[in-house]
Amino acid sequence: MDIMTKNENGILTIELAGRLDTTSAPDLEKTITEQIPQAQTLVFDLAQLAYTSSAGLRIFLKAQKLMSQKGGAMKVLHVAEPIMEIFEMTGFTDILTIE
Amino acid sequence: MQTLTVQAIPENLAQVTAFVDLFLEALDCPMKTQLQIDLCVEEVFVNIAHYAYGDATGDAEVRLCETDNRVELTFIDSGMPYDPLARKDPDITLAAQDRQIGGLGIFLVKKNMDTVTYCYEDGKNILTMTKQL
Repeated sequence: MDIMTKNENGILTIELAGRLDTTSAPDLEKTITEQIPQAQTLVFDLAQLAYTSSAGLRIFLKAQKLMSQKGGAMKVLHVAEPIMEIFEMTGFTDILTIE
Repeated sequence: MQTLTVQAIPENLAQVTAFVDLFLEALDCPMKTQLQIDLCVEEVFVNIAHYAYGDATGDAEVRLCETDNRVELTFIDSGMPYDPLARKDPDITLAAQDRQIGGLGIFLVKKNMDTVTYCYEDGKNILTMTKQL
């Protein structure tokens, strides 16, 4: 999986491409843990993400909790159909702000 | 039937997924269905890799077969007896702050496969799942 990050004026954008699975999730966890302290808003762009497992859901939930704790906002953009189905099945459509 | 036996460690997930994908591609499995099956393969294999053998390690065997365009995937390990289906489903209506992530993996397996069954026989955990292509 590729992780591209950009932080502009406190808006942290993380673009993911490929497969978010058990193998790649630790890299994303490291990225959010390191970068969320500098962010007021976190934007995930999932246009190029083809797959996520529960390992990925765990990271999205952790990011949401970290942002909520610091009073920041988190948005998830461009969710492809296979990923959206996983979000719907697990109720993540109710806890994430998906646009 | 096709069989693959690997050491049950998370690093072998890619090998297990490649084995399953090759099998599915030969059956002209639709990409959407393949991704759903890949997800279940990951959740089940990683569970075995993380928990079946405690601090030790052991093997996981994957068996694949197909009848009338219905695929059957069986995962076998010799670890401690554990029925993942006995676990209560997670509450997916809770707010983010109250959410626990545990249990979502096997929940996704139940949602994405047509059938999932577990048995413990001759010292082995045997999890079998099926899906119509």
